[in-house]
Amino acid sequence: MRRFLLAFVLFAALAAVPAFADTAMLTLVARAMIFALAATSLGFILGQGGLVSFGHAATMGIGAYAVGILMEEGGRDALVSFPVSMAAAGLFALVTGAISLRTRGVYFIMITLAFGQMAFFVTQSLSAYGGDDGLTLAARSTVAGARWLKDPKTFHYVVLGLLALTVLVSTMLARSPFGRVLAAGRDNERRLRALGVDPYAYRLVAYVIAGAFAGLAGALYANLTEFVSPAYLSWHRSAEFIVMVVAGGPGSALGPVLGALGVVLLEDGLAHLTEHWRIIFGPLLVLLVLARGGIATLLGGRRDG
Amino acid sequence: MAEALLEIAGLAKAYGALHVTAGVDLAVLPGEIHALIGPNGAGKTTLVGQISGEVMPDAGTIRFDGADITRLPVHRRARLGLARAFQITSIFPRFTALEHAALAVMAARGRTFRLLRPASSDRAAREEAVGLLEEVGLAARAGVAAAALSHGEKRALELAMALAARPRLMLLDEPMAGTGPAESAAMVALLTRLKGRCAILLVEHDMDAVFRLADRISVLVNGRIIACGTPDAVRADAAVRAAYLGDGA
Repeated sequence: MRRFLLAFVLFAALAAVPAFADTAMLTLVARAMIFALAATSLGFILGQGGLVSFGHAATMGIGAYAVGILMEEGGRDALVSFPVSMAAAGLFALVTGAISLRTRGVYFIMITLAFGQMAFFVTQSLSAYGGDDGLTLAARSTVAGARWLKDPKTFHYVVLGLLALTVLVSTMLARSPFGRVLAAGRDNERRLRALGVDPYAYRLVAYVIAGAFAGLAGALYANLTEFVSPAYLSWHRSAEFIVMVVAGGPGSALGPVLGALGVVLLEDGLAHLTEHWRIIFGPLLVLLVLARGGIATLLGGRRDG
Repeated sequence: MAEALLEIAGLAKAYGALHVTAGVDLAVLPGEIHALIGPNGAGKTTLVGQISGEVMPDAGTIRFDGADITRLPVHRRARLGLARAFQITSIFPRFTALEHAALAVMAARGRTFRLLRPASSDRAAREEAVGLLEEVGLAARAGVAAAALSHGEKRALELAMALAARPRLMLLDEPMAGTGPAESAAMVALLTRLKGRCAILLVEHDMDAVFRLADRISVLVNGRIIACGTPDAVRADAAVRAAYLGDGA
């Protein structure tokens, strides 16, 4: 019950933001929500499946590049470019996941990092699309020809709606038999196999779903910044996503959202206070992680299973 | 002799110079409780590991219901009806007892690859899971997280999960280990009730329980079966007495 209340308060607060925020504030909150969407997809495979992917930024970056490249080639509409973003990111997750998921633990972390860096260097070498310097978008995507996304308030609600959808999908998956198998494989793979279930296919499907949603986050991020660059795929960004998930609490569907909002808004707030904001940010992060389960646990929103 | 359900021939496994399984022949008949006993270090756990598929033998064959399963992975053997309940209680700590049983039922029926409906909405699985918990005496504890169950209750839950597959052979690794006398007695009673539903290969140190439950007993010493027969025959076997029961047990 507390969990529903928490979700309701959180989304109501986000829905109320355009009522008082200026454009700079709206941009900041949209950025936080887009990262929250990506963090939710990572939180699903990390929390539910125990799969610590260190290449999640690559899937998001591929989604962003899909929008950028399509626009360069004249494909401006989100109804085409967003699904293409999700498909491209999902395909990348399928190919790299099929190999990575044969390993476990620290090897899985290293191999996802390696694939992420490969994608990073590929985007750096795309000289037709800006290479190292990145690619500036001519405009935001249209939606069925209409230029809705240009308006910051409309963009805010589009992002908020897609974030809510992502959290809903993540919750449904976690409660399904599919999610139960993922959790069982995380807790005790040996016992799961003895029940007659090989967790590989389940993990791969989860990995592809998470990749596709990260691709969606990338498509939104490309539209927010009207720019794509190799930095979107860098391992620093991947590490940030892990920080958001762990700080927010990987055991709950809302945890990664809280973590991402917290990290992005806190970073911005502290950066206004002092140049040396990381000195405050670091210890705060340690305290959150020591609270075992992150922000979500502090607020009482644990996910069972 | 009836057609064997599980037939092991010439099974061998060595770790370096240590021959843990040194040419084992063993047959488990349909419906029988077959106890595997032997002193510590005899190679019981390694043998069970080879039957369940977690340990690959160096040589020999394992046939289950006529099919060669020597090289099959664990989950494929489980699908064929070879279930295992674990010695080290190895359940999923955050799931409730009912969720454990329901997951086992869904796994056994191939109903786990479902993404959008909640697991709890699978009524058939839930009903069957409740039935399994009743059978092992855990009905009253259905909603309790597995981590909060007593040792004996966890063992019973292991059994319920193994039974969910409607197995034809169940591998039970020391179901009495670490349980008190009352829990032990309850487990013996439970296994007695299960008799005939499926064959059981029982690895157990509690000799009282073994001699009460087993139809046949195989004695494993230094990686070899030195005797196999009815409890009375095994009790009377000179080699067994020398190797194993000699110290008055």
